Amino acid sequence: MTDYSYPAPTMSPDTRPAPSRYGQTALRWLLFTLLGLFALFYLMPLFVMVTTSLKSLEEIRSGSLVAFPRDVTFEAWRTAWSGACTGIQCEGLRPYFWNSVLLAVPAVLISSFLGAANGYVIAQWNFRGANLIFSAMLFGCFIPFQVVLLPMARMLGLMGLAGTIPGLIFAHVIYGIGFTTLFFRNFYVTIPSDLVKAAKVDGAGFFRIFWSIFLPLSLPIIVVTVIWQFTQIWNDFLFGVSFSQAGTQPITVALNNIVNSTTGIKEYNVDMAAAIIAGLPTLLVYVVAGKYFIRGLTAGSVKGLMQ
Amino acid sequence: MTPILDIQNLSKNYGAVQILNDVNVAIDPGEFLVLVGPSGCGKSTLLNCIAGLEPISGGAIRIGGRDMTQVSPKDRDIAMVFQSYALYPTMTVAKNITFGMKVRGVDAATQAQKLAEVARQLQIEPLLNRRPGQLSGGQRQRVAMGRAVVRDPKLFLFDEPLSNLDAKLRVSMRSEIKKLHQNLGATMVYVTHDQIEAMTLATKIVVMKGGVVQQIGSPAEIYNHPANLFVADFMGSPAMNLIPARTRRQGDDVQIEIARAEGALVVRQASYGHDRPADVILGLRPEDIVEAGFRSGATVQAAKCRIDLVEPAGADTYVVSELGGKQVTARLHAETKAQPGAMLDLAFDLAKVSFFAPDTGERLN
Ligand SMILES: Nc1ncnc2c1ncn2[C@@H]1O[C@H](COP(=O)(O)OP(=O)(O)OP(=O)(O)O)[C@@H](O)[C@H]1O
Ligand SMILES: [Mg+2]
Repeated sequence: MTDYSYPAPTMSPDTRPAPSRYGQTALRWLLFTLLGLFALFYLMPLFVMVTTSLKSLEEIRSGSLVAFPRDVTFEAWRTAWSGACTGIQCEGLRPYFWNSVLLAVPAVLISSFLGAANGYVIAQWNFRGANLIFSAMLFGCFIPFQVVLLPMARMLGLMGLAGTIPGLIFAHVIYGIGFTTLFFRNFYVTIPSDLVKAAKVDGAGFFRIFWSIFLPLSLPIIVVTVIWQFTQIWNDFLFGVSFSQAGTQPITVALNNIVNSTTGIKEYNVDMAAAIIAGLPTLLVYVVAGKYFIRGLTAGSVKGLMQ
Repeated sequence: MTPILDIQNLSKNYGAVQILNDVNVAIDPGEFLVLVGPSGCGKSTLLNCIAGLEPISGGAIRIGGRDMTQVSPKDRDIAMVFQSYALYPTMTVAKNITFGMKVRGVDAATQAQKLAEVARQLQIEPLLNRRPGQLSGGQRQRVAMGRAVVRDPKLFLFDEPLSNLDAKLRVSMRSEIKKLHQNLGATMVYVTHDQIEAMTLATKIVVMKGGVVQQIGSPAEIYNHPANLFVADFMGSPAMNLIPARTRRQGDDVQIEIARAEGALVVRQASYGHDRPADVILGLRPEDIVEAGFRSGATVQAAKCRIDLVEPAGADTYVVSELGGKQVTARLHAETKAQPGAMLDLAFDLAKVSFFAPDTGERLN
């Protein structure tokens, strides 16, 4: 691509009357205080969750909601992980956590890969009806989950996948393809078509060009897609509760069951620990790949990305 | 000798829009063909058709005598350099150059040897481990050339390879491409909209406009005998003067009158065919209008003209005068005493004159 060099922005001399030194400092303090308050407001629930999960039940009943724990105990975490009751079974979140992993990892990988392939075809191989297909896929993004529940259940039944993890994977892959295709397509249309032409002259075919040229330069958009899909699939409740049965339920469903189980006393510390465990993987993905996420979201708008 | 490239009655449509119309071009081995024309005239499209990157709508393309209609780009024995260079962004320079060989399954030893050869030839050895993003424009250009040269094809296709470079680099790369052509003895098709590039590089020029070939010829033919007003105006800088005039017949002799503010300028012209119209457009290049006394001969005629503008350009000085309602540029030597607003004796070398029909724009002589 052409190099576009922009002239460096020239600063015009500041002609505003300089505020007094004192006023400036005050303004800055005000700003930081405000920002600090907002941050506190956002962190409060997390704080309450973490502290509550580290308290014993007696302490919760006797103390205040926002106090630090007097004696830190991981008992609630242990219970949440391997002892809490989800209905009649009392195995904690562990089996469901692995269900979710077994569900989310393949579903994310498959839907991202299919999205990349679709996006590549739609963006770089002009064929009759490409726009129509893309529009149809976009439309798929906006169909509410509720609408597909019954048809999907029927279809999974016909395929013999009802109530299984592969069935859930299938549902998530189908539902995710619209979004992943959108992401990759929008990324690939910014790539000059000369690249494909050059590779064709070099003798590379459809798949070779995809593997050797397009996938390697897709890292930013792969990260965006993976984070998006992982968050969607891991946090999904509706598909999970509709298309699973005892033993194949994902962690969100199990969490709901723990929190809502009516037998015995309400163990807030266990509920909080369980909720944190259920949310941890998505948090982890953001922490690990977050900076690529921002980069990937803005990638298409940056001229001169290619060369 | 079978031509390396033979294009017959080629046409190309995008939907209902005709982009290329009945193109006929043939080139022999070793020729350097330049396709030149204004932006949007279909040069890149033609090149893509030759490469097989765009399907053709009619006619035939033969490379090395073989019909190419059903042949895919990789089997056409061509190499192409793109305007954007189209280097593979995630591969190093070395990988960029060897990608084609790798795809075709050439063994590693041969790849390494050819890479070294090309790197030396194009002086890109220090760059081999860099990515395209870490190269300057000129270096990228070289790498793109390397990727083509390593292929050792029957036919090179270049799509405006120099248009992204600054003026100075462009001139030096231009002569490098010319050298490359001579050293390799290769056959090349080169697209540009820069008529100076066309003149300096080509052994044969094809001038296009709106998807139609206007003229095919050697640089000298195109320059001295443009086939129509478009070619006359497009090739050459400053452009050829195109002056509306009337002719009056006096026996065998013909007088040509050019209107201007100070009264008509009348010149004689002996060799003006009988079948030609009374109104003509007279084409004369700036270098064929000089200061009186600097050129002599039977065909040189002098006339006093009012100078409107003087533009020194270093080696030459261009002066502009108004003739026939048109700005006419003359190329004088640098030490001229010409002053804006003053009268000056200019000599017109009518041996070099081109006549065009005002209605069709076709050349008459
Ligand atoms: N895919 C396409 N669909 C429709 N029209 C096209 C397509 N590609 C090119 N054109 C049209 O074909 C004409 C010729 O384009 P082409 O790229 O060959 O011009 P060019 O001579 O190479 O111009 P430039 O010097 O600007 O590169 C243009 O009018 C362009 O709008
Ligand atoms: Mg072009």
